[in-house]
Amino acid sequence: MRAYLPDYELKSPGSLAEALSLLSDEPGVWRPFAGGTDLMVLFEAGRLAHKKFINIWNLPELRGVEVTPEHVTLGALTTYTEVQASEVLRKEFPMLCRAASETGGLAIQNRGTLGGNIANASPAGDSPPALLVYDAELELVSTEGARWLPYEGFHTGYKQMLMRPDELIKSIRLPRPAGPWRHYYRKVGTRKAQAISKICFAGVAQLEGERIADVRIALGSVAPVVVRCARTEDVLKGREIDEETVGAARAELAREISPIDDIRSTANYRLQVALNVLEDFLTNAEYGLKAER
Amino acid sequence: MAEPTSKTEINCTVNGEAVRLNAHPMARLLDVLREELRLTGTKEGCGEGECGACSVLIDGVLVNSCLVPVLQAEGTEIKTIEGVASGEQLHAVQEAFIACGGAQCGICTPGMVIAAVNLLERTPEPTEADIRNGLAGNLCRCTGYMKIFEAVVRACQNQGNDNFKSEI
Repeated sequence: MRAYLPDYELKSPGSLAEALSLLSDEPGVWRPFAGGTDLMVLFEAGRLAHKKFINIWNLPELRGVEVTPEHVTLGALTTYTEVQASEVLRKEFPMLCRAASETGGLAIQNRGTLGGNIANASPAGDSPPALLVYDAELELVSTEGARWLPYEGFHTGYKQMLMRPDELIKSIRLPRPAGPWRHYYRKVGTRKAQAISKICFAGVAQLEGERIADVRIALGSVAPVVVRCARTEDVLKGREIDEETVGAARAELAREISPIDDIRSTANYRLQVALNVLEDFLTNAEYGLKAER
Repeated sequence: MAEPTSKTEINCTVNGEAVRLNAHPMARLLDVLREELRLTGTKEGCGEGECGACSVLIDGVLVNSCLVPVLQAEGTEIKTIEGVASGEQLHAVQEAFIACGGAQCGICTPGMVIAAVNLLERTPEPTEADIRNGLAGNLCRCTGYMKIFEAVVRACQNQGNDNFKSEI
């Protein structure tokens, strides 16, 4: 059933400070509303349980891409279109751009934001696996000030996260890579455009000759939260990529993830595809780690 | 039951005309355009941002109007399908849709045209891939897309784009 419009409230504060005062005066009563690409879907379906929202879309404090020698810092309202347009992101964090280009169609990419995708806390988001392997950090702000948290561990369970009701995400910071990393991103959905992921894989690695010097792997839609696969990474570190390594990594990943059956796919399919995509990451001669540099 | 919330005043520009609206802030831009402003060219398809039938431009940016609460239209310039032609003079994209048979039942057409107009504004000389990407968020259940694709190519050719000399 459609939502009853007069039940809902949406306010536009004039500044970030005003927004934070609203959040802290009545903790839990107000919630941030950014690009609306998730919330409006729930609203129209009559499934948006929360009723009072603060429109943060117009707050300039939450926008922009800032580049320093150590970090690239993205305002929480950076849209998927802005992510793809950023030269430094295309060069140093290509999987984030790839994720952005595979999230919805253009109209969604124009309104959907990185901060919104994180706060929405879906385990099926396309950008979180890339953010995880790039060791992203989040800046949370409230009237009490700002604090930085690693993105890894931020989501504690399905739709649960380490954010107080009086806080909002102000920015997302990515440490710039020191050496040459190989980047691999693969989203598997029902079709190419618009579809929500069945699984989503992001991997980066540094090679020393044939040996994997360092590797980071994250997967979406295979657990209640998007997960970094540290145990599989440990299996791979220091090894050359041969049949034995691939087998050991597949076996470890199968133990590390816990996909489920839901409307988009089955646990069995997700497990098989996750293992196959891991193998593709390691062995594909065109765009995997076996590709010529 | 909670107290009903009140309407608020929202000022914006729609197809070049200044408009003052009195609406619930969470009302969908789609509904306000159709029901308050009688701009019924913009269609509702899925109502969840999947199909693109409700596409409009806000400050030149393509959006799904079913996903925009009208409060976020405050101070913006909106263009709907009604603002694409200049009086009786159709836009090159509209001419091309007619010439190529790019419309059948017509529900997706306003959104398709808006998306194509926006694509040509951003990328005056698109490649085939640019066209497919630019329209990826607009679904059509009748045409099989080829005639729509051809229409956009035709519009490019009519505007002097040489990318497609030999392709169609």
